[in-house]
Amino acid sequence: MMLEQDTGLSLAIAQIVQRLKGSSLHSQLERQARGSLHKPEIKLESLKEDIKEFLKTSGWEKRLQNAVYSELNVFPSPCHPAAPPEHMKEPLVYMRKAQGSWEKRILKSLNSMCTELSIPLARKRPIREQKELLNKWNEMGTDEPDLSLFRPVYAPKDFLEVLMNLRNPNYENGDQPSFKNHLGLIQVPLKVKDIPELRDYFSELGLNTGQLGIDDSTQVPPELFENEHVRVGQTVLTEQDSAAAQQYVRQGCPTALRAELWALILNISNQPEDILYYEQLKSNVIQHDLLVDSLIYKDVKLTASNDDYYFVFEDYLYQVLLCFSRDTSVLEHFSYNSATPPKSYIRGKLGVEEYAVFYPPNGVIPFHGFSMYVAPLCFLYHEPSKLYQIFREMYVRFFFRLHSISSHPSGIVSLCLLFETLLQTHLPQLFYHLREIGAQPLRISFKWMVRAFSGYLATDQLLLLWDRILGYNSLEILAVLAAAVFAFRAVNLMEVTSLAAAEAVLADLSTLKVMPLLQIFLFATVT
Amino acid sequence: MAPGPAPCTVRSPVVLQVGDVKTDLARPGVAIIDVVLPPAQPLDLQEIVFKNSYTAFLTVRVQRRRPCDVGREGARKWVTCLWNHCLMPSPHTETGSQDYFSLFRHQMLCDVDQVTAVRLILRQPSPVWLNFTLEELRLYPKDQQSLQTDFPTWLSHLAPQQQPENLHGGIPDPEKVSTEVQQLWVLTEMIHANQTAARIGRFDVDGCYDINLLSYT
Repeated sequence: MMLEQDTGLSLAIAQIVQRLKGSSLHSQLERQARGSLHKPEIKLESLKEDIKEFLKTSGWEKRLQNAVYSELNVFPSPCHPAAPPEHMKEPLVYMRKAQGSWEKRILKSLNSMCTELSIPLARKRPIREQKELLNKWNEMGTDEPDLSLFRPVYAPKDFLEVLMNLRNPNYENGDQPSFKNHLGLIQVPLKVKDIPELRDYFSELGLNTGQLGIDDSTQVPPELFENEHVRVGQTVLTEQDSAAAQQYVRQGCPTALRAELWALILNISNQPEDILYYEQLKSNVIQHDLLVDSLIYKDVKLTASNDDYYFVFEDYLYQVLLCFSRDTSVLEHFSYNSATPPKSYIRGKLGVEEYAVFYPPNGVIPFHGFSMYVAPLCFLYHEPSKLYQIFREMYVRFFFRLHSISSHPSGIVSLCLLFETLLQTHLPQLFYHLREIGAQPLRISFKWMVRAFSGYLATDQLLLLWDRILGYNSLEILAVLAAAVFAFRAVNLMEVTSLAAAEAVLADLSTLKVMPLLQIFLFATVT
Repeated sequence: MAPGPAPCTVRSPVVLQVGDVKTDLARPGVAIIDVVLPPAQPLDLQEIVFKNSYTAFLTVRVQRRRPCDVGREGARKWVTCLWNHCLMPSPHTETGSQDYFSLFRHQMLCDVDQVTAVRLILRQPSPVWLNFTLEELRLYPKDQQSLQTDFPTWLSHLAPQQQPENLHGGIPDPEKVSTEVQQLWVLTEMIHANQTAARIGRFDVDGCYDINLLSYT
């Protein structure tokens, strides 16, 4: 953007080439090309063209395309060459600082828990314990360790307090309210989309486009939309094209095709080496005992195990989350995440750089509700290694943005501001009323957005919502839905006189239908 | 290779204020940064690189030395070579506020050879920002972009020119080809093996991952 276009493009190409060179796809392509030399249709005089043609017809070109497309979706376009690496993590200095001091708080809290309970952050399991854990790997939920002394490192509520106190030091933050102050809780002047921009951005959700979640209801004859949509979905899967799949899911996934379509968009194929990798992670869990394991246990017990939809998946959740904490490939996402992985030293080697390690090995400290990012995926994938890969990819593409402080349009700060701005422009009276009675709307909706609505909506509705996250490669839909929920309950909310009463009105979202809400809010409301 | 940016003196920004700076409530919307080049070395400007700090629009003017002007100090002309270039598309909000920018020769409205001084005119129409300026300002002479020094070297090897093999000398010795291919195969297998090892990614140091506390630094 800030570079010349050509230079920017070639830099982006170079970046992708560099990353794909180390991938197993690269060596697979090489092997295929080598193997093709025995084929009679490959002629020596037109070797290069013939091999290209062979890779095209044998479907390998498509896989390369999908890999490139996935890179484009995940990694931000390269920064200006003069910019330091931290600029790619987060361009605004005060945001980086805020994230830094928030991390320090988390570290202190973890350290003090270690000291209070006098347990180490990590230790090697004795052989006997290793065997025990291996034996009960598939039923870890039956274990009832005493976790009363452990507490979640932080909950969404604590994080909201931090976001409310975010200020740009170069911004006129006067005491007197003026047009420069926001009426909501978020006081950072980020650019968020307004309704016309959102209509444009989410144009496929418009009233004239067929939607799963609306046009598949029992009153609508399936010939009108559903049958055709399913047929197109099958064609997309046969073609194995990530880009087509991403466009397709904007109108929703048929339940039977969802697992495969999501895997195609995320470019997860569950190859033998991926299964091997998962097994390696599992053996790392068996060998090492981490303090974060207890946090994960506690979180699953507090959230998913108590959930009517998700409690059956308890064992899956342990497996996926424990493996996730040992996965060093997750560290890669810190190049574009404003967060920085916590550092430590092997016992007795404090300050010796060769013994510096990240803790936990993936650099992500789970917070209260973290396991809800995995739970809905358990409905789609039953094979642990595939479930694991899908979750990891969802995390490094989307979920990390919901708990790091950044100015990214899908970052939680922007989502909060988008929610508040939408509500304020759409329903100024409601916003004013709630603000006056001390029930700032964001105090209620924040937890929905941090968890991407997981655990709040009925699962079929949640999956329809996540379809759109994948389809648009953006989390902004979460803020739109949060505002739409308030709009839907506006009449009741206008009558409440306290935060508790407002919370009660919005306590149960499990009966809501997300697609009609979104459509009405975005396209059928006169502003 | 010669060092990157051209030597120059960047003066501190001067704000254009109507009324008294201290007592007037209105915030200035314009500031000027002068860049002075050594008088003996006029510059053939290629690129201007800077980090923005809340400037919304930028105008660049240069003073050029013309062959006919030599000896006539007062006759050097100021010309505008960039007019209200947008750095922050939405001046009330953060987008672009702290980004790095490059302005290239071909973006300029006139040719920028033999430049003796540069004046940057910064505009910020939004009153919400306390200060606005440009940071890390550097001028690069022609044939020497900032990019060349900062690009990773592999970029220039992106598409190596492939030499078509000369097949007119007859078919190569199959024995020789076979051994070479075998070597190649061993090599690729080795690379492949190494890659998987790298992907598995160990987090322990020599088998040990015993940790007591986190480090704050």
